[in-house]
Amino acid sequence: MLEYFLQHILSFSIWLPVLAGVLVLFTANDSKPNLTRWLALFGSVVSFLVTIPLYTHFNFADGGFQFQERFLWIMSFNIHYHLGADGIAIPLILLTSFTTVIVVISAWEVIEKRVAQYMASFLIMSGLMIGVFSTLDAILYYVFWEAMLIPMFLVIGIWGGPNRVYATVKFFLYTLLGSLLMLVAFIYMFHQTGSFAISDYYQLPLPLSVQVLIFLAFFAAFAVKIPMWPVHTWLPDAHVEAPTGGSVVLAAIALKLGGYSFLRFAMPIAPDAAHYLSGFMITLSLIAIVYIALVALVQKDMKKLIAYSSISHMGFVTLGFFIFNNLGLEGAVVQMISHGFISSAMFLCVGVLYDRVHSRQIDAYGGVANTMPAFAAFAVLFAMANSGLPGTSGFVGEFMVILGAIQVNFWYAFLASFTLIFGAAYTLWMVKRVFYGEVANANVQALKDLNKREFFILAILAILVLAVGIYPQPLTDMTNATVTQLLSHLANSKLPAGL
Amino acid sequence: MSMQQIYLAIPLLPLLAAMIIGLFGKYLPRAAAHVVTIAGVAISFALSVYVLKDAMVSQPYNETVYSWLKSGNFSFEIGFLIDRLSAMMMVVVTFVSLMVHIYTIGYMHEDKGYARFFSYISLFTFSMLMLVMSNNFMQLFFGWEAVGLVSYLLIGFWYTRPTAIYANLKAFLVNRVGDFGFLLGIGLVLFHFGSLDYAAVFSVAPAMADTKINLIGNASWSLMTVTCILLFIGAMGKSAQVPLHVWLPDSMEGPTPISALIHAATMVTAGIFMVARMSPLFELSSTALSFVIVIGSITALFMGFLGIIQNDIKRVVAYSTLSQLGYMTVALGASAYSVAIFHLMTHAFFKALLFLGAGSVIMGMHHDQDIRNMGNLKKYMPITWITSLIGSLALIGTPLLSGFYSKDSIIEAAKFSTVAGSGFAYFAVLTGVFVTAFYSFRMYFLVFHGKEKWREVKHDAHHHDDHDEEHHHGLSPTDDPHEPGWVVKLPLILLAVPSLAIGYFAIEPMLFGDFFKGVIFVDAHAHPAMHELAHHWHTIFHSPVGMAVHGLMTLPFALAASGVVLAWFFYMKRPDIPAAIQAKFSMINQILENKYGFDSFNDRFFAAGSRFIGNKLWQIGDVKVIDGAMVNGTANLIGKLSGVVRKLQTGLIYHYAFAMIIGVFLMLSLGLLKI
Repeated sequence: MLEYFLQHILSFSIWLPVLAGVLVLFTANDSKPNLTRWLALFGSVVSFLVTIPLYTHFNFADGGFQFQERFLWIMSFNIHYHLGADGIAIPLILLTSFTTVIVVISAWEVIEKRVAQYMASFLIMSGLMIGVFSTLDAILYYVFWEAMLIPMFLVIGIWGGPNRVYATVKFFLYTLLGSLLMLVAFIYMFHQTGSFAISDYYQLPLPLSVQVLIFLAFFAAFAVKIPMWPVHTWLPDAHVEAPTGGSVVLAAIALKLGGYSFLRFAMPIAPDAAHYLSGFMITLSLIAIVYIALVALVQKDMKKLIAYSSISHMGFVTLGFFIFNNLGLEGAVVQMISHGFISSAMFLCVGVLYDRVHSRQIDAYGGVANTMPAFAAFAVLFAMANSGLPGTSGFVGEFMVILGAIQVNFWYAFLASFTLIFGAAYTLWMVKRVFYGEVANANVQALKDLNKREFFILAILAILVLAVGIYPQPLTDMTNATVTQLLSHLANSKLPAGL
Repeated sequence: MSMQQIYLAIPLLPLLAAMIIGLFGKYLPRAAAHVVTIAGVAISFALSVYVLKDAMVSQPYNETVYSWLKSGNFSFEIGFLIDRLSAMMMVVVTFVSLMVHIYTIGYMHEDKGYARFFSYISLFTFSMLMLVMSNNFMQLFFGWEAVGLVSYLLIGFWYTRPTAIYANLKAFLVNRVGDFGFLLGIGLVLFHFGSLDYAAVFSVAPAMADTKINLIGNASWSLMTVTCILLFIGAMGKSAQVPLHVWLPDSMEGPTPISALIHAATMVTAGIFMVARMSPLFELSSTALSFVIVIGSITALFMGFLGIIQNDIKRVVAYSTLSQLGYMTVALGASAYSVAIFHLMTHAFFKALLFLGAGSVIMGMHHDQDIRNMGNLKKYMPITWITSLIGSLALIGTPLLSGFYSKDSIIEAAKFSTVAGSGFAYFAVLTGVFVTAFYSFRMYFLVFHGKEKWREVKHDAHHHDDHDEEHHHGLSPTDDPHEPGWVVKLPLILLAVPSLAIGYFAIEPMLFGDFFKGVIFVDAHAHPAMHELAHHWHTIFHSPVGMAVHGLMTLPFALAASGVVLAWFFYMKRPDIPAAIQAKFSMINQILENKYGFDSFNDRFFAAGSRFIGNKLWQIGDVKVIDGAMVNGTANLIGKLSGVVRKLQTGLIYHYAFAMIIGVFLMLSLGLLKI
């Protein structure tokens, strides 16, 4: 029984939340929302528990794919249902299943309309995203990749803010256009290998010009998702219109789909192109870190500010990828996980205020610490984590990437280090204007401090942020073997012999 | 208990106390806040004394506590290096912290954030201990940033005051500018030395002395110089050296006990401690030492001038702290690291004393901080008066008092130093002696002697009128000031003892004995100041008493004495003279009032500049170019194209038929060509 479960653990991880989502849909009745809520919570918790053996039964010495499952899906095109996860994917899978629990709790009494559809969207989306992180077949991957857009599209389009139609269409078109080019790249490689297996693509020799084209096709898909400068402008709009849960999933997980896919596809399939284009990628990353941080500084809308801050932090992820050393790559993975916790927490904090005052504008607040002291304490903690304070998870990834970057070029590290100043500036300036000072208006005066539900989810995130900051080694123990293996793969040229 | 457990207990007890009070303080009785935290820090202090005694006889302890992170070939650890330097710092930190904890019971007893305050200062004690006990650069950076965080929280402790929340943001950001350099320095260390462990780095450092790196084009730079200057930029932020000093005067917005603990005695000296700890690196670059000594002397001299025109009692002491930090930095630049640490220690005692004395005065004056409203307080607050006098005398370097030994040694070290800039440094520290004596005793006379001026002032004339009533109501003309209770007086007395005597007892072992042997490294050949100092001691002074007697006949003593006399004459005898000077040299006065323009420059150039660029990047880069031209532009283009395509759909069958025929023809010809 346990044996069978462990052999199919990735399938369980993907399909249990989807199944739970479908079941929740059957309870669609807004007059009895509590049944829906408890069912959704039960589903998400079970789905999270199911993913835990991925950590406890992980072989830390093995850098390859573990927990593999494989059988034929569509014979005529040699498409397989092939699952497997390595030390980079598993932390992200755990992050996904965990975040879904947080989202379900965060929506508890906040969402009153179409509760079942809302909860179901997140449960189904969770399964689909875990699917993205755990497939080893290009078509299966593509299906998951595109399918997860649909629930996200619905979440923003139905429960979103007033300008939600513009935001959804922008989000959808941006990401869809990018992925089409990726599909073309898959079809090209299918013609070369007769297979959609990612492992076959890893071994496929390709001339540099083709590698560059393939890399750019992937780039179109992944850079939009991360998002990298200059294809980032959908994110602030999407965040502003999305409900809190949508923002949390978008920031905590959806962005990581892009980062993860660079490591799974673009870089190992086209390693020579990755090296060839590394200057270009690093430049875009550094622009994201510095330019976007300055843009974040002048935002008046809290969600926009955090969205820009996300882009800036994701710049560290892509910078870490393309400096090709252990510190950089592992730092990038740590940064993805850490950003998952911190950005969730920041968006949840905005949600706490929005639920009470119905404004995201910074100048609608002032002196919130007077009326919500416990909330202010959490907010300052997460703000400090967002500023990369040592002892919080926000420090670890940035520290590793900066130390990795300085080994490649002093000036990469120099520019990246601006985040120390600007990251603190935009985050703490917002904290100052929102939380400190005298009570600014009657709305702030009327605020009630966190209820138990809000306290609980912020406390869990706070514990995680501190735990990763104080003792990140368990995380890097997971990624170590995989990253080392990936780096040695990337160091080998895939140019065809004789060229 | 093994030594290892003791080392662990010393920082963890204050942390535990901070957590108990911070998380559960509101469920506990009010007194629990000070009982728990004082118990924690008192045990820490006792254990630190024990550790120092042990360090006098045993070898340094250097062990890992746990492995923080491994990545590739690099590993980062949390660990302790306990030698005499760290042990001495631990004693100073826990002692001053204990005094401040006790004092706080009196100072904060009306405040509704009582428990929060105790939680913060215990958390600070933990962070500072982690900083000084670290055996590697990463943990140093941890402690470095953690003390910065607590400083941020405490400067903004009264978070409803606009000035306080401006000051704490400013302090954090200016420190981050320093950390920017510090982090890059750490990065270069890891890259070139392959480790962040002090022992490992220091052991390979001499072999790397001549390593060059290319930063801009092909120009080669000395690795040591670049690394040391970057590390020192971190120290400039934390230890408030020009031009990163701007946050320290504003930090006085925080409650007075933390001004004593964090912004005078301990945290601001972290930079000094760090450079002394890194002496094996700094010794390899005379260029970096020149940089250090010049920055230090500018700070020592020019910040002292600003002390002369301040009227807020805390700001006078704050500028004096800046100036004294400059003295310590000069000592570092002169390779007299042990002298810098010695002055750090004596300064910690007498400056904490002066701040706590100032706090006592502020309480007596009902939170009026303007020294022009005080006078003759010696009559009402005898303990505060005597202890403040001791603190002031120690500060200006009165022979036999602690400040004399450390300050005169710095002056001597600057004199004997041979690095570029040491001539200026000597001039700066000598002039500084006069300036220090003048502003210290200007404050002393105005506060403790002369007329009881609060009896004449109108209460709407407070310079702190923008503050809330609760904390700044001032003393009414008919009231007498009262000395606060024993929780305030006891720390003053206990701090006055080392302010008087510690220099006398410590100078010989610390500077000329082998207290810092194997801890601080000096290349006596390249940087002979310390060697000359020892030579003087052994040939001329022989003993602390000898040095004091000799000190009576030297220039610094004459300068200090004339500073005191002039202050007395100006502010007790002829107050019309300083007023006339101020009027006559209004331009210089204006420059000093503007604090040389650093603040307005930073506000206009850096703060407003960043916002301006940010706005432009957003409005033009994101909104106009990317969204306007590219994203929506593409959408518009598609719209226009579809308009063209729509025209093709004429609805006439022969048009479609014609198009189809052409299409079939094209496809056929393509197919034929392929075959």
